[in-house]
Amino acid sequence: MNNLDLLFQDPILIVQLLIDGLLVGAVFALAAYGMALVWGVMNVINIAQGELVILGGYISYYLYVAGLHPLLTVPLAAAAMYVVGWLLYRAVIFRVVDKDLFISLLATFGISILLQQVMNEAFGADIRNTDPGLSTWFLFNDMVTVAQVKVVSFVFAIVLGASLVWFLKVSRLGQAIRATAQNARAARIMGIDTDRVYATTFSINAAICGAAGALVAMIWVVHPYIGLTYTVRSFMIVIVAGLGNLVGVIVAGLGLGVVENFAGFLLGAEFQTAFLFTLLVVILVGRNLLLRRQRRYLK
Amino acid sequence: MYQRASSVRATALAAAAVALTLSAPVAVQAAGDTITLGAAVSLTGKYTTAGNHTKNGYELAIKRINEKGGVTVGGKTYKLAIKYYDDESTPARGAQLAERLIQQDGIKFMLGPYSSGLTKAIAPVTEKYKIPMVEGNGASRSLFNKGYKYLFAVLSTSEQYLKEAINLAAQQAKKAGKDPSSVKVAVVVENDPFSLDIRAGILEDAARYGMKVVIDDKFPKEVNDMSSSLTKVRALKPDVLVVSGHSKGASLVTRQLAETRIDVPMLALTHCESAKVTDKAKFGDKAEYTLCATQWAPTMSYSDKWFGSAADYAKTFKAAYDYTPPYQAAESSAAVLVYADALARAGALDTKKVRDALAATDMQTFYGNIKFDATGKNIAKPMALRQIQGGEYKVVAPAKWAAAKLIFPRPKWSER
Repeated sequence: MNNLDLLFQDPILIVQLLIDGLLVGAVFALAAYGMALVWGVMNVINIAQGELVILGGYISYYLYVAGLHPLLTVPLAAAAMYVVGWLLYRAVIFRVVDKDLFISLLATFGISILLQQVMNEAFGADIRNTDPGLSTWFLFNDMVTVAQVKVVSFVFAIVLGASLVWFLKVSRLGQAIRATAQNARAARIMGIDTDRVYATTFSINAAICGAAGALVAMIWVVHPYIGLTYTVRSFMIVIVAGLGNLVGVIVAGLGLGVVENFAGFLLGAEFQTAFLFTLLVVILVGRNLLLRRQRRYLK
Repeated sequence: MYQRASSVRATALAAAAVALTLSAPVAVQAAGDTITLGAAVSLTGKYTTAGNHTKNGYELAIKRINEKGGVTVGGKTYKLAIKYYDDESTPARGAQLAERLIQQDGIKFMLGPYSSGLTKAIAPVTEKYKIPMVEGNGASRSLFNKGYKYLFAVLSTSEQYLKEAINLAAQQAKKAGKDPSSVKVAVVVENDPFSLDIRAGILEDAARYGMKVVIDDKFPKEVNDMSSSLTKVRALKPDVLVVSGHSKGASLVTRQLAETRIDVPMLALTHCESAKVTDKAKFGDKAEYTLCATQWAPTMSYSDKWFGSAADYAKTFKAAYDYTPPYQAAESSAAVLVYADALARAGALDTKKVRDALAATDMQTFYGNIKFDATGKNIAKPMALRQIQGGEYKVVAPAKWAAAKLIFPRPKWSER
């Protein structure tokens, strides 16, 4: 913990860690958002979330190689993944939506393995990334550097998140989705085509993952087998935020990014993930105790 | 009635046919004129890229040896072949497949997998069945302190990878009139056996000079972002930054160091070639002045009777696979050459005789000199250090093959 004195000596480092954490957290928050949507509406935990992100990243990469600027590939990757999501729903997911949670876990787990191997066969195992040719901002007398590509992805993530919250609140389809999430049977009685709602929800999730993937390809790297991180982080963020709470997901995502960054700085990189999961356990236990005191229980 | 009888007979015949084909003798590993070696390589999973380099290296060597007349053992000439299985980059699977190769497929001579982790999982199996294994991709020191008698490694062990970088840093400090113990070292590695060995080697060498290790980070395998470590680098200003995280680590640090504009006088990495950091389309000039550890370079003056010189090997490989061979491919080919040499000297296909012949190996290959000590590691081949200058790898250490002078310190980002 000797790095703690560093933070006191040089408070500007806190700013750097904070900014880095927020920017990193935004991309995870995006992936988590999609997972929260699917989980809340369809009661399906999508284990293949990370693979959808990576697939989006690959689509972005190949569009980049074909000559498009990486920023332009974000909406295109999202659109392409929307179609992929629709196909996945029609092929597999619609069969497991109203079944036991375990069955849908198994189904999405199978999809994740399938996607990994397909991507490995189709795209090869070299790590890939795109280069948006953006530079860096220097703030506070060059003590804080902010990579512009990360800021762009942060803005994208927030805008996408906000527009989705708005879409769900305002549009007819959004209403239908929320209705189905509340009570699928009642929604069906009221005349909502729940099958179509499920398909759209899953496709929107895939599109979000596609956009996130394009951002990942810009900032870090994509590789067929590194999708698990995104799945696990999304899952964690959704649990911390709670299912119905979509704004909370974004906040939790950002928060987790910051916490992880600070943990890495203070405790050492090897404790980054461990700290995150310990925090998750603490939050869950704490929340449970709090609710018990208030005589409320998690559904 | 007739229908039933004839269909029963048909079924019986079919079953008999199937039973006969299934009970056909298991492919004996020296059937006819072919000696079949066995290998579990990573064709899927985390190590796919390097696993493919390994397989290509093996295949090229087999092809070349067979072209040049194969191997003569005890007066009879054999061709070589390899039976592969995909270990999925998973140690447990690798061990299973080794058992399968030895028990079911009757393989008597094994080639190693990619990565120390997988080699560590397979070595106990080959040791148990007393099957020799020659490997070129498992550099961890811990493979050689367990008393294995049937394991032979052609590559330099991992703690030597970046030794030269510390030596160079000490030399540069002395040149500037400072004591080597004033050099500050930062180590950022991935949490896997190979990278941890690199770290152990660096820490040992730093301790020898009395240098201070200001950053000692071990990244979990799934982490993608190095911001927290790089912020520490910015705050603590080390003189040497060593990063080892396979291709992903090399790629990430090259980009993120440039993004954050952090100046470090010396940056030493592993796996630069696998990550293709000199590829301008991917990295531009970000990798300039980086020191890269390498087991082998095409510019070295080694040669052998199968491939010719190191440069010839590189040319042959490029013609066959359309990319410059990284050292992972070269060391894999060398492993096969060691077998070709040892099998001929053994004079018989008995595993004990071949094992003894392997232990007595003393040869030069295009990859380097190979001589095994009692524990099975290659003590005749030093590691080399290359610096990226003008977009190309130039050997700067050891002095014997240095083709260029070390540029130290790395020019600041603001001056580039």
